[in-house]
Amino acid sequence: MNRRPGFDFTRWAYQPALIFTVVFFGLPLATMVVVSFWQRIYGKLTATWTFANYNKFFGKDYLVDALWNSIEVTLATTAISIILAYPLAYILAYRVPARWQRFVLILTVLPFWTAYVVRSYSWLLVISENGILNIMMTEFGLIDQPLEMAYSRGATILGFVHFFTMLLTLTIYANLVQIKPSYRKAAADLGASPLQVFLRITLPLSIPGVAVGAFITFVICIGDFITPQILGGGTEVLLPQAIMLQVSRAANFPMASVMSITLMVVVVGVYFMSAKHLKMERV
Amino acid sequence: MGAWIRSAPAMAYLIAALGFIYLPVVVLVVFSFQDGLLPVPPFKGPSLQWYEKMFANERLVESLINSVVVAVSSALVTTILGFLAAYGMARRTPRFAGGIRFILMAPLTVSYLIIAIGLLITFNIVGIQKSLFAVGLGHVVINLPLCFAIIYSQFGDHLRNIDWAAHDLGASDVQTLLHVIAPIMKPSLFASFCLSATLSWDEFIIAFLLSRFDVTMPVVIFEMLRAGLTPEVNAAGTMVFAISMVTVGIAAMVMAVNHGERK
Repeated sequence: MNRRPGFDFTRWAYQPALIFTVVFFGLPLATMVVVSFWQRIYGKLTATWTFANYNKFFGKDYLVDALWNSIEVTLATTAISIILAYPLAYILAYRVPARWQRFVLILTVLPFWTAYVVRSYSWLLVISENGILNIMMTEFGLIDQPLEMAYSRGATILGFVHFFTMLLTLTIYANLVQIKPSYRKAAADLGASPLQVFLRITLPLSIPGVAVGAFITFVICIGDFITPQILGGGTEVLLPQAIMLQVSRAANFPMASVMSITLMVVVVGVYFMSAKHLKMERV
Repeated sequence: MGAWIRSAPAMAYLIAALGFIYLPVVVLVVFSFQDGLLPVPPFKGPSLQWYEKMFANERLVESLINSVVVAVSSALVTTILGFLAAYGMARRTPRFAGGIRFILMAPLTVSYLIIAIGLLITFNIVGIQKSLFAVGLGHVVINLPLCFAIIYSQFGDHLRNIDWAAHDLGASDVQTLLHVIAPIMKPSLFASFCLSATLSWDEFIIAFLLSRFDVTMPVVIFEMLRAGLTPEVNAAGTMVFAISMVTVGIAAMVMAVNHGERK
């Protein structure tokens, strides 16, 4: 193949991207791991090589709590989003007539592109004390006093669920339309009831779409700072908020590194637990 | 009822789900035209006063320009890097192709927050100042995997043959890339440019942590949120949303047209 002597451009075309990723993604992660063993002494980063930061993190209840809060909120978000998104994707794939499917699908995921910083705020407009929901319910005489819905864990989860329902609908739908109709027909011909067809054929075959969507949900959700910051309560913090506090208020990079690495380890753990269902190339 | 959709419960669920998905968006957009101080019912208006106020807000307008600069330049770099990488990987499978793909795709599995903190710490140690340029670098990192994947997925075997044909007819490597491959790949290059521009335009945490004075629009809107509910935030949010939608819409249309042509 090497017809041309000298520098072979095509052979090296992938190098700039590779080098860029290594320098601006790999290197910073490696730096973070190194810095997590350093200490901040009199406000200066000092190379110390100790596990002190890790001990401090796992020794402080409120930091470990932040990690658990994050995991709980993320798991709840993922579960609720799947429960809401699955029927929606199913209806889109099997109940909406084919020529309408594209349109309804686009309609369903359009608000995906609402400005990220404003997405949580727009839920405040709905659920805050003088928000539209409270005003409407008071108007209709359903309640005497406005309900306190905003600034709570429930509000954070609501904000998350709204976003990730759209994402999961997309991944599950993409999976459902790939399942050959003949499988379901064959099962029905062999005497399976509609419920059996769903439970034995459609559901098992759609697990990859659910798994990919759930994994993306988990990764984005557990690392999100804005949603809990705007919708969440003052009484608890999630891990990303705790990390931001270390960075912005204390400028404590070693501690922020420890916490970021912990977050990453959780994600990697989840990846390996779900790896056999994840076929990223297909979505 | 069965003509359009086959069962009533399915229809009801679809409508309820769309209601849930659209509720906050509609409230956001409608009350950006509020003629009053609070973006909550009753709706008085419509009025454009909050849009006027927004464009009179110098900090916001400055940040809007910064956002456009970062979005366009980072998307340009991302698309070029992604295109070259996709070409290099598709033209002839390099050794360790699996490993290279793994590294290129790896940033997708790490939270933006962690990427931002890693860059912040590294820049701090190396002595690179927080700036719009640093933000742009961060945006290239997060968007490169997507662009690479989009463009790579469009490289088929037919392109490999075309590439060989161009070489056999005497075109140099660069000529082949610029005059043969790039024009064929134009739709997916354009789509990946639009997508990464939109993602950069909308990105918050990297922009927040890596910039100091020359902040982007999402960062300024975030600061405005501290003032509580105000129709000005509605107006700013509506504008960011509208611009994202237009950009994504153009990309989707270009991709759809291209898809139709090839069929």
